[in-house]
Amino acid sequence: MATSTTAPDADRREPRAGSPAREAPRRPRGPRRSLLPYLLLAPAIVLELAIHVIPMVVGVWMSLLELTQFHIRDWSTAPFVGLENYRATLDLNSAAGKELLHSFWVTLVYSVLSVGFAWLLGISAAVVLQRPFRGRAILRALFLTPYALPVYTAVITWSFLLQRDTGLVNHVLVDQLGLLNDRPFWLIGDNSFWSLLVVSVWRNWPFAFLCLMAGLQNVPGELYEAAAIDGAGFWRRLRSVTLPMLRPVNLVLLLVLFLWTFNDFNTPYVLFGGSAPEQADLISIHIYRSSFKTWDFGSGSAMSVALLLFLLVVSAAYLLITNRRRDDHA
Amino acid sequence: MSRRHLGIFTAAVLAAASLTACGGSGDDSAASPKTLTYWASNQGASLEADKTILQPELDKFEKQTGIKVTVEVVPWSDLLNRLLAAAASGKGPDVVNIGNTWSASLQATGALVEFDDATLQAVGGKDRIVPAALAAAGAPGKPPAAVPLYSMAYSLYYNKKSFADAGITAPPTTWEQLAEYGKKLSTGGKWGLAIEGANPSENAHHAFTFSQQYGGEWFDSAGKPTFDTPQNVSAIKRYIDFMAADKITNPSNAEYAQNQSVSDFANGKAAMLLWQSAGSNLKTQNMPADAYGVAPVPFLASPPAGGKKVNSMVAGINMAVFKHTKNRDGALSFVKFMTSDEEQTILNKTYGSLPAVKTAGADPAFSAVEQKTIQDTLVTTAAPLPQVPDESTFETLVGTAMKELFADAASGKPVTEASVKAKLTDAQQKMR
Repeated sequence: MATSTTAPDADRREPRAGSPAREAPRRPRGPRRSLLPYLLLAPAIVLELAIHVIPMVVGVWMSLLELTQFHIRDWSTAPFVGLENYRATLDLNSAAGKELLHSFWVTLVYSVLSVGFAWLLGISAAVVLQRPFRGRAILRALFLTPYALPVYTAVITWSFLLQRDTGLVNHVLVDQLGLLNDRPFWLIGDNSFWSLLVVSVWRNWPFAFLCLMAGLQNVPGELYEAAAIDGAGFWRRLRSVTLPMLRPVNLVLLLVLFLWTFNDFNTPYVLFGGSAPEQADLISIHIYRSSFKTWDFGSGSAMSVALLLFLLVVSAAYLLITNRRRDDHA
Repeated sequence: MSRRHLGIFTAAVLAAASLTACGGSGDDSAASPKTLTYWASNQGASLEADKTILQPELDKFEKQTGIKVTVEVVPWSDLLNRLLAAAASGKGPDVVNIGNTWSASLQATGALVEFDDATLQAVGGKDRIVPAALAAAGAPGKPPAAVPLYSMAYSLYYNKKSFADAGITAPPTTWEQLAEYGKKLSTGGKWGLAIEGANPSENAHHAFTFSQQYGGEWFDSAGKPTFDTPQNVSAIKRYIDFMAADKITNPSNAEYAQNQSVSDFANGKAAMLLWQSAGSNLKTQNMPADAYGVAPVPFLASPPAGGKKVNSMVAGINMAVFKHTKNRDGALSFVKFMTSDEEQTILNKTYGSLPAVKTAGADPAFSAVEQKTIQDTLVTTAAPLPQVPDESTFETLVGTAMKELFADAASGKPVTEASVKAKLTDAQQKMR
């Protein structure tokens, strides 16, 4: 994750006054040279604008309109309602507001648990696979499989596995092992939350594994040797060498995993179809339902914008706190 | 915040922002006067089967007019979203199939060509069309936003052998009988009635019929929702109770949203099914036509005051033309072709539905028991779903509320008048 910034240093060295180097037959470093980075960045900036920034701004604008099926064809006819959509969707006394809050909590718990378990599995596997042994490459490849599978295929397979009457999960639990008498539902009711969590962790942990495995490659072996000479056991080495050395990786990994999980749409959408059970009503599905199923794009956008603000605050707070801690340590 | 953190933060902002950025895309409407793009709904056993059925007809149209039609069969789960995206963007197909209950909702977008008398004349004339089907093609008092293509109605399908084994000689005519027979039929791992409990549209269709029988309405005359009236509460409770109280429906049906109930009926796992034109679907699942009987959907034994004698919605598929088409004449001539006597006979015969034009009913295929039952229902006891702009929202909200009630029933939670009313009140509050 380390980045180097050699180019500016080189520039800084150059304009030394009275330096004979000026006469030297160096290639001129005029405007053409300084334009190059911008030229190289331009495609990314244009795409970023087109894919993220402009839709985001449009989303904010939509949230200020009463954008229903009457106006969807020509937005200019949609009445400007100011913050009315926000008032209606965030009013916790209304049914819509209560459901949004419920959905928010479900998503928060889901994200924290999913990221937590994914990280735990990832770090365990990465540490176990850190030292070479026979079959390590095969295990690594195997662990990465969920990440390599297309999300739709994988989650549709899960939805088959979790069916009550014909699913493999109940077949194993009830028919083969006899652990349960009744066939439980996994896709509706209280269990649906746990089903969603399991599928999400299954999908996300290989990413954590991959990042942490890469991070571990940068930990010098001498540190472990020194720690071992000092008599540090496995846990002590993990706590005092591995985890501190992985800190920069974890900083980014946890944030990105959290944002991805919080915004995850594909997993619940494919697992439950368009309308998730209320126990697993993630915010992305909730917003989708408000926008596309009830044709109220203004409210849907208002929810999205409110959520965006929330995630910005969380991200900023997270980075400030982790940053301060790093400075304290320094 | 260091520069590196600023970088991470920017990336995080963009990751978070992906929530607000949503949108739809569509193919461009055909630009050449010699081509058309057509989105067909899924009427047959699969999307591929539909393509195979439609392609020879489209080739015929090309031969007649020189216009090449590119067809895409869109699954029901995506169709409304795709139509909405096309309406919003002004890009997409020229001609589309729409569920007839969405007619008024889609009409409100203003994206569909209105079939005033002159336009109707251009596609064959208003008088040819079955009036009940035309009534379900747009808001009352406005020119229709679409033309009826396939007509359907709900019927009760029952397994003859299961009935005979249980000593039942005739299909039920009342819900009370249906519950009683269902109990006799629910033995040995088999169930009385199969229900598509997790499919909001299917649920909403039954919500309409039961509500009519209990004297309820989902919208008042001004188009405002009236979801949680006592009549509607009784209606929904009656339907959910097949699983919750009568226990004649397998709790697993609370998960069903992909026509598994039709499969259960075809495989003999359930003895009764309420469905629209199930015949062609049952055939592809290897259930011979003589293995099942078709009867009208039952009524209440003693209907309450105000209860109506309605046992189905006027179901069907309409054909609409987008205003953004660059080939309006071609599109209209395609609609005319698809609603011609010949095509109506060929296609409706294949799909087991009924022609939407009066002049095409002569083929003997339309006097089979199933088609006869549908025909009688359409003529005598079917009513169109409310043709109001919020209809599709009603289907989603009430249908989803019922899905949740089925989930409660399946997991053993009590379904009471109060819990039904609470769900309906919630659904109503979400209407704006």
